[in-house]
Amino acid sequence: MLAPWPVALPLVAAAFLAGLGDKLPRRLADAIAIGAAAITALCCALLLAGPPVVYWFGGIQPRSGTAIGIDFAIDANGAGLAVLSSLLILAALFFSLKYFDKPAHMFQVLLLVFLAGLCGFSLTGDLFDLFVFFEVMSAAAFGLCAYKSREVGPLQGAINFAVTNTAGAFITLSGIALLYSRTGALNLSHMHRMIAGHDDSLVLAAAALVCTGFLVKAAIVPFQFWLADAHAAAPTPACIVFSGAMVEAGLYAVARLQGALFGLPQLRTPLLAAGVATCLVGAVMCFAQRHLKRLLAFSTIAHAGVILCGIAVLEPGGLSGAGLYVVGHGLVKAALFLCAGMLLHRLQSIDELALHGRGREVPWVGVLFALGGLLLAGAPPTAMFFGDGAIHHALEAHPIARFAVTVASIATGAAVLRACGRIFLGLGPREPDAPGGGEQDEEPETEAAPIPWSMWVPAAFLLALAIGSAWLPREHAGSAAARMLDAHSWATQVLDRAQPAMPSPPPEEPLAKGLAHAALTVGLAIALALLTLFRKRLPEILRGPVRAVWNPLAGSLRALHTGAVGDQVAWLTLGVAALGASLVFS
Amino acid sequence: MLGHLPYALAAWLILWGLYGIVTSRNLIHLVICLAVLQTSTYLILLAIGYKAGAVAPIYADMPAGTVAVDPVVQALMLTDIVVEATVVALLLAIAVQAHERGGSLDPARLCALKG
Repeated sequence: MLAPWPVALPLVAAAFLAGLGDKLPRRLADAIAIGAAAITALCCALLLAGPPVVYWFGGIQPRSGTAIGIDFAIDANGAGLAVLSSLLILAALFFSLKYFDKPAHMFQVLLLVFLAGLCGFSLTGDLFDLFVFFEVMSAAAFGLCAYKSREVGPLQGAINFAVTNTAGAFITLSGIALLYSRTGALNLSHMHRMIAGHDDSLVLAAAALVCTGFLVKAAIVPFQFWLADAHAAAPTPACIVFSGAMVEAGLYAVARLQGALFGLPQLRTPLLAAGVATCLVGAVMCFAQRHLKRLLAFSTIAHAGVILCGIAVLEPGGLSGAGLYVVGHGLVKAALFLCAGMLLHRLQSIDELALHGRGREVPWVGVLFALGGLLLAGAPPTAMFFGDGAIHHALEAHPIARFAVTVASIATGAAVLRACGRIFLGLGPREPDAPGGGEQDEEPETEAAPIPWSMWVPAAFLLALAIGSAWLPREHAGSAAARMLDAHSWATQVLDRAQPAMPSPPPEEPLAKGLAHAALTVGLAIALALLTLFRKRLPEILRGPVRAVWNPLAGSLRALHTGAVGDQVAWLTLGVAALGASLVFS
Repeated sequence: MLGHLPYALAAWLILWGLYGIVTSRNLIHLVICLAVLQTSTYLILLAIGYKAGAVAPIYADMPAGTVAVDPVVQALMLTDIVVEATVVALLLAIAVQAHERGGSLDPARLCALKG
């Protein structure tokens, strides 16, 4: 009976605050928003702890294998994503308490609507509802992104975000309509029974169309262009939810649809190729940034590529690794964004080069930031470490993908550690006017002031949770992943009310191998960060060849990120055509 | 043959909508192109539910067994319209703000973020 509450509760609280928020005392409005998010987190945690359940709205049960009503089909993966989302929203609400100088109850309203959309998206078992919750989440996210509507940057970011994601969503809707025309159903399991074994070109084309919208949301190459613009411009508390949960929700939908509906082995090659490209593009672009939020945004792209590689092998081992990775990455990345927000609040800048050495004023932020960088590179103990190991294990037969995943870990960790060394330790030469393209700095969102507890407590709490996530039960994640990919077992539970079967978890990678790999990536990340900081001291014979490769590589990739919405939609069109062609002609 | 016409028209609208967005030099025009892209989904949905000679799915005065068009796609289309109205309204509001702050509706001149 808990199932509808994670959607209903934040929506009711949001409606209440939208209507009466400005008449209530600020503290009461804050308490209502935080209370609603906390109770939602609790409900989702109870759903996660319980067995997989199917909840039919209005009690309209399926009759003789035909779904008539609309259901929530809740498993550990969906409930886990909902828990992660509500924890991140909770951290965002806390962080925003003192972040806006004016009362910001509309910001809280948008965050709560966003939470309702995310929870519904994670729990639903109906394809059209998946689209509707996707749009609820998107509309709230567009509003959050454009919240600082007095500057050009956020408006441009919001336009790019809204236009590309909405175009992707309509393409998804066309695919849903085509699948409905074939099956006459919208329930995932019911549709699966109608199309199982009929992977003709209509189903393949529809699969490509449906996946497109979710891949746009997940910022997979070549759909990734909007993400950095939106993340760099959005208010920091919104960024943590965008990076930690929204991008991952897009990937979750791809995995969920592949598992419960399509079951198409043809998806493996195009998804794996896209995952590899995403890892590499994200890694290079991340390392080339000096604007901290943009740097973190590109690292999210690289990590989305890692998660997609885990999903794309279409095996329980890779999928359970991806699930663990999502949890660890979401918490670590959110904490890093909060650290960037604290720097912007205290020092009124988030340009890595302009902040050279100025972070010594706030050493504790530096400790959190460095810890986040190490965890991002794959240091134990987090769920991200175990997820990384499981993804590597699952990619045994795909050496290129393993290489790309390793590069993503090293480059993103090194970029964060490099920024950390420069800002908090004052390492490397001072070069505030160095040509370092892209976005440089951002208008501060607050008056410069000491960092209040409501900012550093959420960041420390998220990092503590990330470390605690290493003790998540991995066998449980493994069997949940195996079940997610078993459309038949889902269908019997949803349509025939059979008891949920718990498959045995896939074999794990030995711990020693994972530790050795983590030592390698973390060591290389630290070395790369130090080499970049002290590159002027290296002999020219070493620097020359590196520059000859790096400058054209980063320069040409950067030139593609024009920030123009037309270019982004052109890439989207190319991407959907390539995905469709690779499926239909495979 | 004629039955395929709505699908062909939908594909044509999708392509024109995308072309318009890609080449647009005015944010209002761009948002309307997005709406054109959206109308293709209405056509697909209605074409899927259409049956020649069937009545509207309101059974109040109909004898049992009357053939009606599929009401599900019509419900989907209504939801689709609500989604479009929300997104288009939001985007137009952002376009107005962009014009006030940036002094231009040309997306190419709004490029504060790149690289």
